[in-house]
Amino acid sequence: MSIDLKTIKHISKLSRISVDEKKAEKLAGDLNSIFDFIEKLNELKTDNVEPLTSVAETTLKLRSDEVKSKNLRDQVIKNSPNENEDYFVVPKVIE
Amino acid sequence: MSDITKQSLSELVENIKSKKLSSSEVTKAFVERSEKSKELNAYITEDYTNALSKAKKFDEKPNLDLKLPGIPMAVKDLFCTRDLRTTAGSKILNNFVPTYESTVTQNIWNEGAILMGKLNCDEFAMGSSNETSFFGNVQNPIDKNLVPGGSSGGSSSAVAAQLTPITIGTDTGGSIRQPASFTGTVGLKPTYGSCSRYGIVAFASSLDQAGPMAQNVKDCALLQEVISTYDEKDSTSIDFKRNEYSKELTKDIKGKKIGIPKEYRVDGMPKEIEDLWKKGIEYAKDCGAQIIDISLPHTNYALPTYYIVAPAEASSNLARYDGVKYGFRAEGENLIDMYEKTRSEGFGAEVQRRIMIGTYVLSSGYYDAYYLKAQKVRKLIKNDFDDVYKKVDAILTPSTPSSAFKIGEKTNDPVSMYLNDIFTVPVNLAGLPGISIPAGHDAKGYPLGLQIIGKAFDEQNILNIAYAMEEKINFKNNITDWWIK
Repeated sequence: MSIDLKTIKHISKLSRISVDEKKAEKLAGDLNSIFDFIEKLNELKTDNVEPLTSVAETTLKLRSDEVKSKNLRDQVIKNSPNENEDYFVVPKVIE
Repeated sequence: MSDITKQSLSELVENIKSKKLSSSEVTKAFVERSEKSKELNAYITEDYTNALSKAKKFDEKPNLDLKLPGIPMAVKDLFCTRDLRTTAGSKILNNFVPTYESTVTQNIWNEGAILMGKLNCDEFAMGSSNETSFFGNVQNPIDKNLVPGGSSGGSSSAVAAQLTPITIGTDTGGSIRQPASFTGTVGLKPTYGSCSRYGIVAFASSLDQAGPMAQNVKDCALLQEVISTYDEKDSTSIDFKRNEYSKELTKDIKGKKIGIPKEYRVDGMPKEIEDLWKKGIEYAKDCGAQIIDISLPHTNYALPTYYIVAPAEASSNLARYDGVKYGFRAEGENLIDMYEKTRSEGFGAEVQRRIMIGTYVLSSGYYDAYYLKAQKVRKLIKNDFDDVYKKVDAILTPSTPSSAFKIGEKTNDPVSMYLNDIFTVPVNLAGLPGISIPAGHDAKGYPLGLQIIGKAFDEQNILNIAYAMEEKINFKNNITDWWIK
Protein backbone atom coordinates (compact mmCIF):
# COMPACT_ATOMS: atom_id res chain seq x y z
CA MET A 1 0.00 0.00 0.00
CA SER A 2 1.18 3.50 -0.69
CA ILE A 3 -0.13 6.79 0.63
CA ASP A 4 0.18 9.43 -2.10
CA LEU A 5 0.17 13.21 -1.85
CA LYS A 6 -3.51 13.36 -2.74
CA THR A 7 -4.34 11.16 0.25
CA ILE A 8 -2.12 13.27 2.52
CA LYS A 9 -4.01 16.40 1.41
CA HIS A 10 -7.30 14.64 2.11
CA ILE A 11 -6.22 13.53 5.62
CA SER A 12 -4.85 16.98 6.36
CA LYS A 13 -8.23 18.46 5.48
CA LEU A 14 -10.03 15.96 7.73
CA SER A 15 -7.52 16.67 10.53
CA ARG A 16 -7.81 20.45 10.12
CA ILE A 17 -4.04 20.75 9.90
CA SER A 18 -2.71 22.79 6.99
CA VAL A 19 0.21 21.23 5.10
CA ASP A 20 2.31 22.74 2.34
CA GLU A 21 3.99 20.67 -0.42
CA LYS A 22 7.23 20.15 1.47
CA LYS A 23 5.50 19.00 4.63
CA ALA A 24 3.14 16.77 2.62
CA GLU A 25 6.08 14.96 1.03
CA LYS A 26 7.77 14.39 4.37
CA LEU A 27 4.50 13.12 5.87
CA ALA A 28 3.90 10.77 2.95
CA GLY A 29 7.34 9.21 3.50
CA ASP A 30 6.83 8.86 7.26
CA LEU A 31 3.30 7.49 6.98
CA ASN A 32 4.31 4.97 4.34
CA SER A 33 7.06 3.55 6.54
CA ILE A 34 4.69 3.43 9.52
CA PHE A 35 1.95 1.70 7.52
CA ASP A 36 4.45 -0.81 6.10
CA PHE A 37 5.08 -1.74 9.71
CA ILE A 38 1.35 -1.82 10.58
CA GLU A 39 0.56 -4.13 7.62
CA LYS A 40 1.99 -6.98 9.68
CA LEU A 41 -1.45 -7.36 11.24
CA ASN A 42 -2.75 -8.78 7.95
CA GLU A 43 -0.84 -11.99 8.68
CA LEU A 44 -3.47 -12.78 11.30
CA LYS A 45 -6.91 -14.26 10.60
CA THR A 46 -9.39 -12.43 12.80
CA ASP A 47 -12.77 -13.20 11.19
CA ASN A 48 -14.22 -14.79 14.31
CA VAL A 49 -12.57 -12.55 16.92
CA GLU A 50 -14.65 -10.09 18.91
CA PRO A 51 -13.09 -6.61 18.90
CA LEU A 52 -11.83 -5.40 22.28
CA THR A 53 -13.30 -1.98 22.99
CA SER A 54 -12.48 -1.74 26.68
CA VAL A 55 -10.10 -3.64 28.96
CA ALA A 56 -12.14 -2.67 32.01
CA GLU A 57 -14.70 -5.42 32.32
CA THR A 58 -17.20 -3.39 34.29
CA THR A 59 -20.50 -1.78 33.45
CA LEU A 60 -20.89 1.92 33.92
CA LYS A 61 -22.26 2.99 37.28
CA LEU A 62 -25.55 4.88 37.26
CA ARG A 63 -25.88 8.15 39.11
CA SER A 64 -28.76 10.49 39.69
CA ASP A 65 -29.12 13.22 37.11
CA GLU A 66 -28.36 16.22 39.27
CA VAL A 67 -26.43 19.40 38.69
CA LYS A 68 -23.54 19.33 41.16
CA SER A 69 -21.28 22.18 40.11
CA LYS A 70 -22.28 25.79 40.46
CA ASN A 71 -22.10 28.34 37.69
CA LEU A 72 -18.68 27.83 36.06
CA ARG A 73 -19.00 30.45 33.32
CA ASP A 74 -15.99 32.49 34.38
CA GLN A 75 -13.83 29.39 34.75
CA VAL A 76 -14.92 28.01 31.41
CA ILE A 77 -14.14 31.22 29.55
CA LYS A 78 -10.97 32.12 31.48
CA ASN A 79 -8.47 30.49 29.10
CA SER A 80 -10.12 31.58 25.87
CA PRO A 81 -7.74 33.32 23.44
CA ASN A 82 -10.52 35.74 22.51
CA GLU A 83 -13.76 36.33 24.40
CA ASN A 84 -16.39 38.95 24.75
CA GLU A 85 -18.27 38.80 28.05
CA ASP A 86 -20.15 35.49 27.89
CA TYR A 87 -18.97 34.37 24.44
CA PHE A 88 -16.03 32.79 22.70
CA VAL A 89 -15.12 34.98 19.75
CA VAL A 90 -14.28 33.37 16.38
CA PRO A 91 -13.78 34.77 12.87
CA LYS A 92 -17.06 35.72 11.15
CA VAL A 93 -18.88 32.63 9.86
CA ILE A 94 -21.98 34.14 8.21
CA GLU A 95 -22.04 36.84 5.59
CA MET B 1 21.58 17.45 57.60
CA SER B 2 23.48 18.41 54.50
CA ASP B 3 22.46 15.49 52.33
CA ILE B 4 18.69 15.89 52.51
CA THR B 5 18.23 15.38 48.78
CA LYS B 6 20.04 12.03 48.97
CA GLN B 7 17.35 10.62 51.25
CA SER B 8 14.59 8.42 49.93
CA LEU B 9 10.95 9.43 50.27
CA SER B 10 10.44 6.94 53.11
CA GLU B 11 13.42 8.38 55.01
CA LEU B 12 12.20 11.94 54.53
CA VAL B 13 8.70 11.04 55.72
CA GLU B 14 10.17 9.40 58.81
CA ASN B 15 12.46 12.34 59.54
CA ILE B 16 9.62 14.84 59.22
CA LYS B 17 7.32 12.69 61.37
CA SER B 18 9.96 12.41 64.10
CA LYS B 19 10.61 16.16 63.77
CA LYS B 20 14.26 15.68 62.85
CA LEU B 21 13.55 17.69 59.73
CA SER B 22 10.98 20.36 58.93
CA SER B 23 9.10 20.61 55.67
CA SER B 24 10.82 23.96 55.08
CA GLU B 25 14.27 22.43 55.38
CA VAL B 26 13.38 19.61 53.02
CA THR B 27 11.63 21.84 50.50
CA LYS B 28 14.49 24.35 50.55
CA ALA B 29 17.03 21.58 49.89
CA PHE B 30 15.15 20.25 46.84
CA VAL B 31 14.40 23.76 45.52
CA GLU B 32 18.08 24.71 45.78
CA ARG B 33 19.18 21.55 44.03
CA SER B 34 16.57 22.05 41.31
CA GLU B 35 17.77 25.62 40.81
CA LYS B 36 21.34 24.41 40.35
CA SER B 37 20.19 21.81 37.85
CA LYS B 38 18.70 23.96 35.10
CA GLU B 39 20.98 22.39 32.53
CA LEU B 40 19.00 19.14 32.72
CA ASN B 41 15.90 21.07 31.54
CA ALA B 42 13.73 18.80 33.67
CA TYR B 43 11.26 21.54 34.60
CA ILE B 44 8.86 23.37 32.30
CA THR B 45 7.34 25.51 35.05
CA GLU B 46 8.89 26.18 38.47
CA ASP B 47 6.76 27.09 41.46
CA TYR B 48 9.47 27.37 44.10
CA THR B 49 8.28 30.52 45.90
CA ASN B 50 4.84 29.05 46.49
CA ALA B 51 6.37 25.73 47.52
CA LEU B 52 8.53 27.40 50.17
CA SER B 53 5.61 29.38 51.57
CA LYS B 54 3.42 26.26 51.65
CA ALA B 55 6.19 24.43 53.50
CA LYS B 56 6.40 27.24 56.03
CA LYS B 57 2.65 27.08 56.50
CA PHE B 58 2.83 23.32 56.96
CA ASP B 59 5.49 23.70 59.66
CA GLU B 60 3.36 26.20 61.59
CA LYS B 61 0.69 23.56 62.10
CA PRO B 62 2.13 20.23 60.98
CA ASN B 63 -0.25 17.32 60.50
CA LEU B 64 2.11 14.40 60.98
CA ASP B 65 -0.57 11.75 60.50
CA LEU B 66 -0.55 12.33 56.76
CA LYS B 67 1.23 9.93 54.42
CA LEU B 68 3.32 12.60 52.67
CA PRO B 69 3.70 15.24 55.41
CA GLY B 70 5.20 18.41 53.95
CA ILE B 71 7.03 16.48 51.22
CA PRO B 72 7.92 18.64 48.19
CA MET B 73 7.19 17.10 44.81
CA ALA B 74 7.38 18.09 41.14
CA VAL B 75 4.96 16.34 38.74
CA LYS B 76 4.77 15.62 35.02
CA ASP B 77 3.28 18.55 33.13
CA LEU B 78 0.41 16.42 31.88
CA PHE B 79 -1.51 16.72 35.16
CA CYS B 80 -3.77 19.74 35.43
CA THR B 81 -2.83 21.82 38.47
CA ARG B 82 -5.20 24.57 39.56
CA ASP B 83 -3.78 28.06 38.92
CA LEU B 84 -0.45 26.70 37.67
CA ARG B 85 0.27 26.53 33.95
CA THR B 86 -0.15 23.07 32.42
CA THR B 87 1.33 22.69 28.94
CA ALA B 88 1.53 18.94 28.13
CA GLY B 89 4.87 19.90 26.53
CA SER B 90 3.01 21.65 23.71
CA LYS B 91 2.98 25.12 22.21
CA ILE B 92 -0.78 24.82 21.82
CA LEU B 93 -1.19 24.79 25.64
CA ASN B 94 1.70 27.17 26.31
CA ASN B 95 -0.56 29.66 28.12
CA PHE B 96 -3.12 27.25 29.62
CA VAL B 97 -3.81 27.73 33.33
CA PRO B 98 -6.28 25.10 34.60
CA THR B 99 -9.13 26.17 36.85
CA TYR B 100 -9.33 22.66 38.30
CA GLU B 101 -7.05 19.99 39.74
CA SER B 102 -6.49 16.43 38.51
CA THR B 103 -7.74 13.77 40.94
CA VAL B 104 -4.33 12.11 41.18
CA THR B 105 -2.54 15.33 42.16
CA GLN B 106 -5.38 16.30 44.50
CA ASN B 107 -4.92 12.96 46.29
CA ILE B 108 -1.22 13.78 46.70
CA TRP B 109 -1.84 17.27 48.14
CA ASN B 110 -4.54 15.84 50.44
CA GLU B 111 -1.80 13.70 52.03
CA GLY B 112 0.33 16.76 52.76
CA ALA B 113 2.70 16.96 49.78
CA ILE B 114 3.70 20.31 48.28
CA LEU B 115 3.94 21.12 44.57
CA MET B 116 7.39 22.38 43.44
CA GLY B 117 6.76 22.61 39.71
CA LYS B 118 5.84 20.88 36.46
CA LEU B 119 8.20 18.49 34.73
CA ASN B 120 9.08 18.28 31.06
CA CYS B 121 7.61 15.56 28.85
CA ASP B 122 7.16 14.66 25.21
CA GLU B 123 4.42 16.72 23.56
CA PHE B 124 1.07 15.24 24.64
CA ALA B 125 3.13 12.28 25.96
CA MET B 126 3.84 11.20 22.37
CA GLY B 127 7.46 10.11 22.29
CA SER B 128 10.06 7.83 23.83
CA SER B 129 12.92 10.30 24.33
CA ASN B 130 11.45 13.62 25.53
CA GLU B 131 12.68 15.14 22.26
CA THR B 132 9.22 16.08 20.97
CA SER B 133 8.65 18.59 23.80
CA PHE B 134 8.07 22.20 22.69
CA PHE B 135 10.22 23.15 25.69
CA GLY B 136 13.30 21.31 24.49
CA ASN B 137 14.87 17.97 25.23
CA VAL B 138 15.84 16.81 28.71
CA GLN B 139 19.25 15.45 29.65
CA ASN B 140 19.73 12.13 31.37
CA PRO B 141 21.69 12.65 34.61
CA ILE B 142 23.61 9.48 33.76
CA ASP B 143 25.32 11.21 30.80
CA LYS B 144 24.73 14.58 29.18
CA ASN B 145 24.40 13.19 25.65
CA LEU B 146 21.74 10.63 26.56
CA VAL B 147 17.97 10.93 26.39
CA PRO B 148 16.17 10.29 29.70
CA GLY B 149 13.53 8.23 27.89
CA GLY B 150 9.98 9.34 27.38
CA SER B 151 7.41 10.49 27.49
CA SER B 152 7.92 11.05 31.25
CA GLY B 153 11.53 12.17 30.63
CA GLY B 154 11.48 15.24 32.89
CA SER B 155 10.11 13.02 35.64
CA SER B 156 12.73 10.28 35.26
CA SER B 157 15.56 12.81 35.02
CA ALA B 158 14.31 14.71 38.09
CA VAL B 159 14.00 11.59 40.25
CA ALA B 160 17.37 10.16 39.17
CA ALA B 161 19.05 13.55 39.74
CA GLN B 162 17.28 13.92 43.10
CA LEU B 163 15.56 17.20 42.21
CA THR B 164 12.36 15.74 43.67
CA PRO B 165 12.13 12.85 46.16
CA ILE B 166 9.50 11.13 44.04
CA THR B 167 7.19 11.99 41.15
CA ILE B 168 4.31 10.87 38.99
CA GLY B 169 4.26 10.17 35.29
CA THR B 170 1.76 8.76 32.83
CA ASP B 171 2.12 5.61 30.77
CA THR B 172 0.23 4.98 27.52
CA GLY B 173 2.71 2.60 25.86
CA GLY B 174 5.69 2.59 28.22
CA SER B 175 6.08 6.26 29.19
CA ILE B 176 6.77 5.50 32.86
CA ARG B 177 8.65 2.19 32.61
CA GLN B 178 10.99 3.03 29.69
CA PRO B 179 12.29 6.32 31.19
CA ALA B 180 12.63 4.60 34.58
CA SER B 181 14.73 1.92 32.90
CA PHE B 182 16.89 4.55 31.12
CA THR B 183 17.68 6.42 34.35
CA GLY B 184 18.10 3.62 36.89
CA THR B 185 14.86 4.39 38.72
CA VAL B 186 11.65 2.51 39.58
CA GLY B 187 8.42 3.14 37.65
CA LEU B 188 5.00 1.54 38.04
CA LYS B 189 2.21 1.55 35.48
CA PRO B 190 -0.90 0.56 37.43
CA THR B 191 -3.84 -1.50 36.17
CA TYR B 192 -6.12 0.43 33.81
CA GLY B 193 -8.87 1.95 35.97
CA SER B 194 -6.74 2.04 39.12
CA CYS B 195 -5.77 5.72 39.06
CA SER B 196 -8.26 8.34 37.90
CA ARG B 197 -7.67 9.96 34.51
CA TYR B 198 -9.67 13.04 35.53
CA GLY B 199 -7.64 16.18 34.87
CA ILE B 200 -4.85 14.43 32.96
CA VAL B 201 -4.37 15.82 29.45
CA ALA B 202 -5.74 12.97 27.33
CA PHE B 203 -3.62 11.11 24.76
CA ALA B 204 -5.18 7.66 24.17
CA SER B 205 -8.00 7.20 26.65
CA SER B 206 -8.23 3.39 26.60
CA LEU B 207 -4.49 3.10 27.41
CA ASP B 208 -3.50 6.12 29.56
CA GLN B 209 -2.66 5.50 33.22
CA ALA B 210 -0.89 7.63 35.83
CA GLY B 211 1.70 6.03 38.09
CA PRO B 212 4.55 6.65 40.52
CA MET B 213 8.27 7.01 39.64
CA ALA B 214 10.70 6.62 42.52
CA GLN B 215 14.19 5.75 43.70
CA ASN B 216 13.10 2.47 45.24
CA VAL B 217 10.19 0.04 45.38
CA LYS B 218 8.99 0.99 48.86
CA ASP B 219 8.61 4.67 47.92
CA CYS B 220 6.82 3.60 44.77
CA ALA B 221 4.36 1.49 46.81
CA LEU B 222 3.67 4.38 49.17
CA LEU B 223 2.84 6.80 46.37
CA GLN B 224 0.71 4.22 44.58
CA GLU B 225 -1.29 3.82 47.78
CA VAL B 226 -1.95 7.59 47.75
CA ILE B 227 -2.86 8.07 44.09
CA SER B 228 -4.99 4.97 43.51
CA THR B 229 -8.59 5.83 44.40
CA TYR B 230 -11.99 5.24 42.86
CA ASP B 231 -13.24 8.44 41.21
CA GLU B 232 -16.72 9.04 39.89
CA LYS B 233 -15.35 11.83 37.67
CA ASP B 234 -13.64 9.17 35.51
CA SER B 235 -16.16 6.75 33.99
CA THR B 236 -13.44 4.09 33.55
CA SER B 237 -12.28 4.32 37.17
CA ILE B 238 -12.83 0.95 38.82
CA ASP B 239 -14.21 0.47 42.31
CA PHE B 240 -12.13 -2.38 43.74
CA LYS B 241 -10.56 -3.02 47.13
CA ARG B 242 -7.22 -1.24 47.14
CA ASN B 243 -4.40 -2.40 49.39
CA GLU B 244 -2.24 -0.25 51.60
CA TYR B 245 0.59 -1.20 49.29
CA SER B 246 3.49 0.09 51.39
CA LYS B 247 2.24 -1.47 54.63
CA GLU B 248 1.52 -4.83 53.03
CA LEU B 249 4.83 -4.88 51.18
CA THR B 250 6.79 -8.09 51.80
CA LYS B 251 9.93 -9.74 50.46
CA ASP B 252 8.42 -13.17 50.99
CA ILE B 253 7.65 -14.34 47.47
CA LYS B 254 8.40 -18.00 48.07
CA GLY B 255 6.53 -20.26 45.68
CA LYS B 256 5.33 -17.44 43.43
CA LYS B 257 5.14 -18.64 39.86
CA ILE B 258 6.93 -16.29 37.45
CA GLY B 259 6.51 -16.77 33.71
CA ILE B 260 9.26 -16.16 31.14
CA PRO B 261 7.69 -15.48 27.73
CA LYS B 262 9.78 -16.88 24.88
CA GLU B 263 8.43 -14.30 22.37
CA TYR B 264 10.26 -11.52 24.21
CA ARG B 265 13.54 -12.95 22.91
CA VAL B 266 13.32 -10.69 19.86
CA ASP B 267 15.62 -10.80 16.85
CA GLY B 268 18.67 -8.65 17.25
CA MET B 269 18.28 -8.26 21.00
CA PRO B 270 21.63 -7.11 22.43
CA LYS B 271 23.44 -9.77 24.42
CA GLU B 272 23.56 -7.41 27.38
CA ILE B 273 19.78 -7.44 27.60
CA GLU B 274 19.66 -11.21 27.22
CA ASP B 275 22.25 -11.54 30.02
CA LEU B 276 20.37 -9.12 32.25
CA TRP B 277 17.21 -11.15 31.79
CA LYS B 278 19.04 -14.39 32.68
CA LYS B 279 20.45 -12.70 35.76
CA GLY B 280 16.95 -11.54 36.68
CA ILE B 281 15.68 -15.11 36.44
CA GLU B 282 18.44 -16.21 38.85
CA TYR B 283 17.56 -13.43 41.30
CA ALA B 284 13.91 -14.44 41.20
CA LYS B 285 14.88 -18.06 41.89
CA ASP B 286 17.10 -16.92 44.78
CA CYS B 287 14.04 -15.21 46.24
CA GLY B 288 12.20 -18.51 46.19
CA ALA B 289 10.11 -17.96 43.09
CA GLN B 290 9.35 -20.77 40.69
CA ILE B 291 10.26 -20.06 37.05
CA ILE B 292 7.94 -21.30 34.30
CA ASP B 293 8.43 -20.98 30.54
CA ILE B 294 5.38 -19.47 28.89
CA SER B 295 4.23 -18.29 25.48
CA LEU B 296 2.47 -15.05 24.54
CA PRO B 297 2.08 -15.85 20.83
CA HIS B 298 0.75 -12.45 19.65
CA THR B 299 3.53 -10.35 21.19
CA ASN B 300 4.93 -9.39 17.78
CA TYR B 301 1.61 -7.84 16.81
CA ALA B 302 1.37 -5.53 19.82
CA LEU B 303 3.31 -2.58 18.41
CA PRO B 304 1.45 -2.45 15.05
CA THR B 305 -1.82 -2.70 17.02
CA TYR B 306 -0.74 0.09 19.32
CA TYR B 307 0.17 2.33 16.37
CA ILE B 308 -3.41 2.10 15.15
CA VAL B 309 -5.29 2.28 18.46
CA ALA B 310 -3.25 5.04 20.12
CA PRO B 311 -3.17 7.48 17.16
CA ALA B 312 -6.88 6.83 16.47
CA GLU B 313 -7.80 7.80 20.01
CA ALA B 314 -5.32 10.70 19.96
CA SER B 315 -6.79 12.14 16.75
CA SER B 316 -10.18 12.15 18.42
CA ASN B 317 -8.94 13.53 21.78
CA LEU B 318 -6.85 16.25 20.16
CA ALA B 319 -9.75 17.52 18.04
CA ARG B 320 -10.56 19.78 20.99
CA TYR B 321 -7.55 22.02 20.30
CA ASP B 322 -9.16 24.43 17.88
CA GLY B 323 -7.93 27.83 19.08
CA VAL B 324 -11.39 28.77 20.36
CA LYS B 325 -11.93 27.64 23.93
CA TYR B 326 -8.38 27.70 25.28
CA GLY B 327 -4.76 27.55 24.23
CA PHE B 328 -2.84 29.03 21.33
CA ARG B 329 -4.67 30.60 18.38
CA ALA B 330 -3.21 31.60 15.00
CA GLU B 331 -5.14 34.21 13.06
CA GLY B 332 -6.80 33.05 9.83
CA GLU B 333 -8.85 34.48 7.00
CA ASN B 334 -11.93 32.59 8.13
CA LEU B 335 -12.93 30.03 10.75
CA ILE B 336 -11.59 26.96 8.91
CA ASP B 337 -8.36 28.74 8.02
CA MET B 338 -7.99 29.73 11.69
CA TYR B 339 -8.46 26.09 12.80
CA GLU B 340 -5.97 24.77 10.26
CA LYS B 341 -3.28 27.36 10.99
CA THR B 342 -3.75 27.05 14.76
CA ARG B 343 -3.25 23.27 14.65
CA SER B 344 -0.45 23.42 12.10
CA GLU B 345 1.52 26.01 14.12
CA GLY B 346 0.46 24.79 17.58
CA PHE B 347 1.26 21.08 17.29
CA GLY B 348 4.76 19.71 16.73
CA ALA B 349 5.76 17.26 13.98
CA GLU B 350 5.26 13.99 15.91
CA VAL B 351 1.83 15.01 17.20
CA GLN B 352 0.75 16.02 13.68
CA ARG B 353 2.04 12.70 12.34
CA ARG B 354 0.00 10.75 14.89
CA ILE B 355 -3.14 12.81 14.33
CA MET B 356 -2.79 12.10 10.61
CA ILE B 357 -2.32 8.33 11.17
CA GLY B 358 -5.32 8.29 13.50
CA THR B 359 -7.51 10.29 11.15
CA TYR B 360 -6.59 7.99 8.28
CA VAL B 361 -7.33 4.71 10.11
CA LEU B 362 -10.69 6.06 11.26
CA SER B 363 -11.65 7.54 7.89
CA SER B 364 -14.39 6.20 5.67
CA GLY B 365 -13.31 3.07 3.80
CA TYR B 366 -10.36 2.28 6.09
CA TYR B 367 -12.03 1.85 9.47
CA ASP B 368 -12.60 -1.94 9.15
CA ALA B 369 -9.21 -2.64 7.60
CA TYR B 370 -7.27 -0.83 10.31
CA TYR B 371 -9.14 0.22 13.42
CA LEU B 372 -11.49 -2.75 13.70
CA LYS B 373 -8.67 -5.13 12.80
CA ALA B 374 -6.50 -3.62 15.54
CA GLN B 375 -9.26 -3.98 18.12
CA LYS B 376 -9.56 -7.66 17.22
CA VAL B 377 -5.83 -8.24 17.52
CA ARG B 378 -5.93 -6.38 20.83
CA LYS B 379 -8.41 -9.02 21.98
CA LEU B 380 -5.97 -11.79 20.95
CA ILE B 381 -3.17 -10.08 22.89
CA LYS B 382 -5.35 -9.83 25.99
CA ASN B 383 -6.39 -13.49 25.59
CA ASP B 384 -2.70 -14.48 25.57
CA PHE B 385 -2.26 -12.90 29.00
CA ASP B 386 -5.53 -14.36 30.33
CA ASP B 387 -4.34 -17.83 29.29
CA VAL B 388 -0.90 -17.63 30.92
CA TYR B 389 -2.29 -16.17 34.13
CA LYS B 390 -4.04 -19.49 34.69
CA LYS B 391 -0.54 -20.91 35.20
CA VAL B 392 1.60 -18.06 36.60
CA ASP B 393 1.31 -15.19 39.09
CA ALA B 394 3.52 -12.72 37.24
CA ILE B 395 5.74 -12.36 34.18
CA LEU B 396 9.39 -11.24 34.03
CA THR B 397 10.83 -9.51 30.94
CA PRO B 398 13.41 -6.84 30.10
CA SER B 399 11.90 -3.32 30.25
CA THR B 400 13.46 -2.08 27.03
CA PRO B 401 15.35 -3.60 24.08
CA SER B 402 18.39 -1.35 24.73
CA SER B 403 19.87 1.10 27.22
CA ALA B 404 19.38 4.87 26.82
CA PHE B 405 20.34 6.14 23.36
CA LYS B 406 21.95 9.39 22.30
CA ILE B 407 20.03 12.64 21.86
CA GLY B 408 19.17 12.98 18.15
CA GLU B 409 19.98 9.34 17.36
CA LYS B 410 16.45 8.24 16.46
CA THR B 411 14.57 11.45 15.68
CA ASN B 412 14.59 10.96 11.91
CA ASP B 413 13.18 7.45 11.93
CA PRO B 414 9.77 7.21 13.62
CA VAL B 415 9.60 3.40 13.40
CA SER B 416 12.98 2.88 15.12
CA MET B 417 11.78 5.23 17.88
CA TYR B 418 8.53 3.26 18.22
CA LEU B 419 10.46 -0.03 18.63
CA ASN B 420 11.64 1.20 22.04
CA ASP B 421 8.27 0.28 23.47
CA ILE B 422 8.20 -3.29 22.21
CA PHE B 423 8.23 -4.84 25.72
CA THR B 424 5.99 -2.28 27.41
CA VAL B 425 3.14 -1.76 24.91
CA PRO B 426 1.48 -5.22 25.32
CA VAL B 427 0.88 -4.39 29.00
CA ASN B 428 -1.08 -1.25 28.13
CA LEU B 429 -3.08 -3.01 25.43
CA ALA B 430 -4.16 -5.64 27.99
CA GLY B 431 -4.73 -3.05 30.76
CA LEU B 432 -2.34 -4.80 33.17
CA PRO B 433 0.02 -3.44 35.84
CA GLY B 434 3.77 -3.45 35.12
CA ILE B 435 6.77 -2.22 37.07
CA SER B 436 10.30 -1.50 35.87
CA ILE B 437 13.15 -1.87 38.36
CA PRO B 438 16.83 -1.10 37.75
CA ALA B 439 18.69 -4.39 37.46
CA GLY B 440 22.17 -3.77 36.08
CA HIS B 441 24.38 -1.79 33.71
CA ASP B 442 25.51 -2.30 30.14
CA ALA B 443 29.16 -2.15 29.07
CA LYS B 444 28.98 1.66 28.88
CA GLY B 445 27.74 1.85 32.46
CA TYR B 446 24.20 2.87 31.48
CA PRO B 447 21.36 1.42 33.56
CA LEU B 448 19.12 -1.40 32.37
CA GLY B 449 15.72 -2.36 33.75
CA LEU B 450 13.65 -5.46 34.24
CA GLN B 451 9.88 -5.44 33.98
CA ILE B 452 7.49 -7.44 36.15
CA ILE B 453 3.98 -7.72 34.73
CA GLY B 454 1.05 -8.67 36.97
CA LYS B 455 -2.56 -9.74 36.77
CA ALA B 456 -5.13 -6.93 36.68
CA PHE B 457 -5.48 -5.29 40.15
CA ASP B 458 -2.54 -7.33 41.47
CA GLU B 459 -0.19 -4.37 42.07
CA GLN B 460 0.67 -5.73 45.52
CA ASN B 461 2.08 -8.93 44.07
CA ILE B 462 4.37 -7.25 41.51
CA LEU B 463 5.48 -4.69 44.10
CA ASN B 464 6.39 -7.58 46.43
CA ILE B 465 8.36 -9.38 43.71
CA ALA B 466 10.12 -6.12 42.81
CA TYR B 467 10.85 -5.47 46.49
CA ALA B 468 12.38 -8.93 46.98
CA MET B 469 14.44 -8.75 43.78
CA GLU B 470 15.59 -5.18 44.50
CA GLU B 471 17.38 -6.42 47.61
CA LYS B 472 19.19 -9.17 45.70
CA ILE B 473 20.10 -6.90 42.78
CA ASN B 474 21.43 -4.15 45.06
CA PHE B 475 21.63 -1.67 42.16
CA LYS B 476 23.75 1.49 42.42
CA ASN B 477 23.28 4.37 40.00
CA ASN B 478 26.42 6.02 38.57
CA ILE B 479 25.55 9.69 38.90
CA THR B 480 28.30 12.27 39.30
CA ASP B 481 26.39 15.59 39.52
CA TRP B 482 28.25 16.78 36.38
CA TRP B 483 25.52 19.32 35.64
CA ILE B 484 25.71 21.16 38.99
CA LYS B 485 27.20 24.60 38.50
